[in-house]
Amino acid sequence: MLVPLSWLKEYVDIDISTEELCDRMTMTGSNVEGVTCIGDGIEGVVVGKILKIDEHPNADKLVICSVDVGEKVIQVVTGAPNVAEGDLVPVAMEGARLPGDVTIKKGKLRGIESEGMLCSGDELNLTDQDYDGAEIDGILILREEYPLGMDIREALLLNDEVMEFEITPNRSDCLSVIGLAREAATTIESTLKFPSINVSPCTGNVYNEVKVMVEDTKLCPRYCARVIKDIKIEDSPLWMRRRLANAGIRPINNIVDITNYVMLEMGQPMHAFDLDKVEDRTIVVRKAKEGEKITTLDDVDRELKTNMLVIADAKKPIGIAGVMGGANTEITDNTNCIILESAKFDGPSVRFTSKRLGLRSEASTRFEKGIDINLPRKAIDRAAQLIQELGAGTVVDGIIDVLNADTNPRELEIRWQDINRLLGLELKPEEMVKILKSLNFGVQHRGDILDIVIPSFRLDIKGTEDIAEEVARIYGYDNIPKTLMRGTESRGRKTKRQKLHDYGKDILVGSGLYEIITYSFVSPKVYAMIDKQMPEVVTISNPLGEDQSIMRTTLIPSMLEVLSRNRNRKVDRCSLFEIGRIFIPKTLPLKELPEERQMLCIGMYGDELNFYNLKGIVQMLFREFGILEKAEFTPITTDTTFHPGRTASIKIGDTYIGILGEIHPKVGENYGLNIPVLIAELDYDTILDLSDTQKYYKGLPKFPAVERDLAIIVKKEVLAAQLENVIRKSAGDILEDVKLFDIYEGDQIPEGYKSMAYSLIYRAPDRTLKYEEVDAIHERIIKELAEHMGAKLR
Amino acid sequence: MRQKLENIRDEAIENISKVKDLDQLERLRLKYLGKKGELTQVLRGMGKLPAEDRPVMGQLANEVRYLIEEQMDEHKKNLEDKLLNYRLKLETIDVTVPGTNIERGNLHPLTSVLNEIIDIFIGMGFEIAEGPEVELDYYNFEALNIPKSHPSRDVQDTFYITDEILLRTHTSPVQVRTMEVQKPPIKIIVPGRVYRSDDVDATHSPIFHQVEGLVVDEHITMADLKGVLDVFVKELFGERTQTKFRPHYFPFTEPSMEVDATCVTCGGEGCRICSHTGWIEILGAGMIHPNVLKYGGIDSEKYSGFAFGLGLDRIANLKYGIDDIRLLYENDIRFLKQF
Ligand SMILES: [Zn+2]
Repeated sequence: MLVPLSWLKEYVDIDISTEELCDRMTMTGSNVEGVTCIGDGIEGVVVGKILKIDEHPNADKLVICSVDVGEKVIQVVTGAPNVAEGDLVPVAMEGARLPGDVTIKKGKLRGIESEGMLCSGDELNLTDQDYDGAEIDGILILREEYPLGMDIREALLLNDEVMEFEITPNRSDCLSVIGLAREAATTIESTLKFPSINVSPCTGNVYNEVKVMVEDTKLCPRYCARVIKDIKIEDSPLWMRRRLANAGIRPINNIVDITNYVMLEMGQPMHAFDLDKVEDRTIVVRKAKEGEKITTLDDVDRELKTNMLVIADAKKPIGIAGVMGGANTEITDNTNCIILESAKFDGPSVRFTSKRLGLRSEASTRFEKGIDINLPRKAIDRAAQLIQELGAGTVVDGIIDVLNADTNPRELEIRWQDINRLLGLELKPEEMVKILKSLNFGVQHRGDILDIVIPSFRLDIKGTEDIAEEVARIYGYDNIPKTLMRGTESRGRKTKRQKLHDYGKDILVGSGLYEIITYSFVSPKVYAMIDKQMPEVVTISNPLGEDQSIMRTTLIPSMLEVLSRNRNRKVDRCSLFEIGRIFIPKTLPLKELPEERQMLCIGMYGDELNFYNLKGIVQMLFREFGILEKAEFTPITTDTTFHPGRTASIKIGDTYIGILGEIHPKVGENYGLNIPVLIAELDYDTILDLSDTQKYYKGLPKFPAVERDLAIIVKKEVLAAQLENVIRKSAGDILEDVKLFDIYEGDQIPEGYKSMAYSLIYRAPDRTLKYEEVDAIHERIIKELAEHMGAKLR
Repeated sequence: MRQKLENIRDEAIENISKVKDLDQLERLRLKYLGKKGELTQVLRGMGKLPAEDRPVMGQLANEVRYLIEEQMDEHKKNLEDKLLNYRLKLETIDVTVPGTNIERGNLHPLTSVLNEIIDIFIGMGFEIAEGPEVELDYYNFEALNIPKSHPSRDVQDTFYITDEILLRTHTSPVQVRTMEVQKPPIKIIVPGRVYRSDDVDATHSPIFHQVEGLVVDEHITMADLKGVLDVFVKELFGERTQTKFRPHYFPFTEPSMEVDATCVTCGGEGCRICSHTGWIEILGAGMIHPNVLKYGGIDSEKYSGFAFGLGLDRIANLKYGIDDIRLLYENDIRFLKQF
């Protein structure tokens, strides 16, 4: 809400600096977002009258003007073609400053002395909204009479400071100058002086001019109408135009300007219909009929729905209630007679309609948030008064006032100690009464109770907590002490699971991975990119774009995208991880919330990195989480995202927890990654569920170990895991450890075979092993390997 | 004989002092002290001496032997030291060459700042809770005193899945979810991802992170809220940071407030970051609205509470001087390596 300071000062005495006013208003809840002054940057520009225009002897496109600037007549050379003798224009005198830090100096233009500059609207940084005609190409011609030599800021009222208030949605009453004046008066403990509203005696009778029928009294609890005759459409006076413009509303003509002025001043949106265009001179407030259409004032054709409230005449809609009027009854230069509307429409209904039509207006914003039930009648009289004062028409006697609501003020009974309890203060009831009275509440103190009468404009006040806020904000939030909580002592901590979750991240970081965070919504196209069918997904109904329209079910595409981005930026090595949620619908269409699982995705590329680097990291994580022993890595050739020969699926016991491998080159290519890329995606929630970090001490070995090496030749397809399995089974308990230390193919090894070299460590817990004993077991292992795996000793 | 011994002694000492390496020294040792060495030879002739001379000569011979041995040992030690020093010199490396690179990654800056925030609140007795990101309209709005017709429900801001299911627009839905399952005292913070349909620019992202705080107990006051937030701000931004509590409006708290802290960048002097006001807005807070307590099944006559919410991305950006929120989600490794 933009409020010109001069306007505010009309209703409340302010004798402090604007800066202090802003600070104090902010601290009582009317946050000032900034102060601007349109005349800032203009200095030394005065009103001048062009007395005479002479041709320039040396230039066709320039003229020489003699300009009367009050105390003297100066000579100014200009190139603008739109000036005429007798025009009043802004003249920048020698030494003047214009917006953009331009300083005007005396000088010669093609040999002729120029003692100043005639200014265009643009040079003064003015728009048509600030002063009609400011945007024409040429010098700004002033239409009104001003004393010559008058500072242009004073003449055009450009020196008014404009405060921008952030009005929270609960305070609809503050969407008006008077509302903010009330706040200011309380804040700085000053007095209010509202305009007295007097309509001079009128003739005629409104009931003879127009008929008003409100069919839907729930959506329109009050409808006030007045009729104005003998309308003279013209510009409203400069002060009114200036205030409207400063408040952000474009001046149109006197009638429209007056309705807008009253809206800004009092917060009541108003509308004027051209009565001669209203069929049967009848106003009907009703829901729209099936198939009805209207062209609104902004020249857009709109289809109406049957749950939208309209203002209609005997035949057709002439306005969308509370949102915008219709073009069919618009005020024109030929308008002779108008109906002035000042009503209260149901907030949610206006909100629904304006949302449905995608049409928001100053009026709809105010109706949505709620209007004081007493306001329409006051405001319509204020408008009539201004029409009389401006001589814009003849007001017909009487108001049609269709009222279907209770206008009695709401009352509240609260225990004043509850306020202290909530705020942590020890205010006396008298102090609360004083504060509340200053905010126009009626208050009676009776023992433990405050009997409160809520002013009709305070729609937001409902209970003790609201009164507490009123007391707190005027008492001053800053005056409330800072205390530490009493009550039950609590022990702050992370749960075991939360600690483990964080520990996992530490391990990954310790293995050289960088954490990334990516968006949870992705494009449906990512599934094609990773060569998968699109699964059932949670779809956003109003996404920012197709590319961000579904909730992800895998982190892999986001990871590949980040790797690709880094690769494109010439990063030659990248090791990343993300822990993020995926979203799995339980039913489609969605009836209940989807399952949200935390997944861990690791992604890396870089010269020396291969499958085993990634597997090593995963194994380290498993070891720290106490699940390495139970982890099983099985080759998987069927996952289309991955390399069929370099991918393992991972189980912990019987539970599938993810996949690990090199990305299929075709998938890599889709992301512009023509290098090996390693990806693991693991179900982090399940890993946390299965983890077992309880540690038990095992006695240190008391007897020496016997170490034997074993080198065998097997077919290439035989898996290390299978071999290890056979070795462990046939060795029994005294085999302490098996380490694969070499895999070899090539010279001396037959085609299709590989050599595998193991180091076996034997140890018994209770005795020193005899060589013969170890030999026997070693032989048995070799025999079993030969039998089950076709292994030969090398 | 005495003369001989003295000659051997003088000659040996002189020779030892001239020795340049250990081999030479060993040869000298053999020359004087070996089985066929000169001193040994002399001692062998001891038997020919008169009996009364023997003790004197014996003592002298031992003295000479001891002296030579001592000289030799000393010289040997010198030589060995020299040799060692020589080897050490050869082994000299350039200690200004950078150390071997130990690969270690980093947490994302959002995680680092979150960890800091969590630590502060844990220190004040809070626990950590979480909630779903795909949320019911009920928890995101309705139960927070924001009915369907409420003006502060701007459809522009909310991503919907169905009429009743949406992407949470704040972490506040966890308030009522927690109250439903936990009796007071409740003292939690809720970090999490939230969604608003804002177009991306330097200060807006459709996905960002919040940390919600919730306290419900008997006798909780607005003064307590101010106390907790003041401690938090000072812990996070430094002891000298000031806080300012401005009245504001949220449907689910009453009274409500916005909290400013003195600008981290300029310390309150005024700079570009704080629009020359010296203050930056860092969180919203208030006393929980009785309607919200009711939705959570908590007796608002007996209990009161407060809630607050802060934007993690904004705090991270302030702390690290990051000027574009998009950097947080681009994950350029050269960016990530800086934290
Ligand atoms: Zn600053």
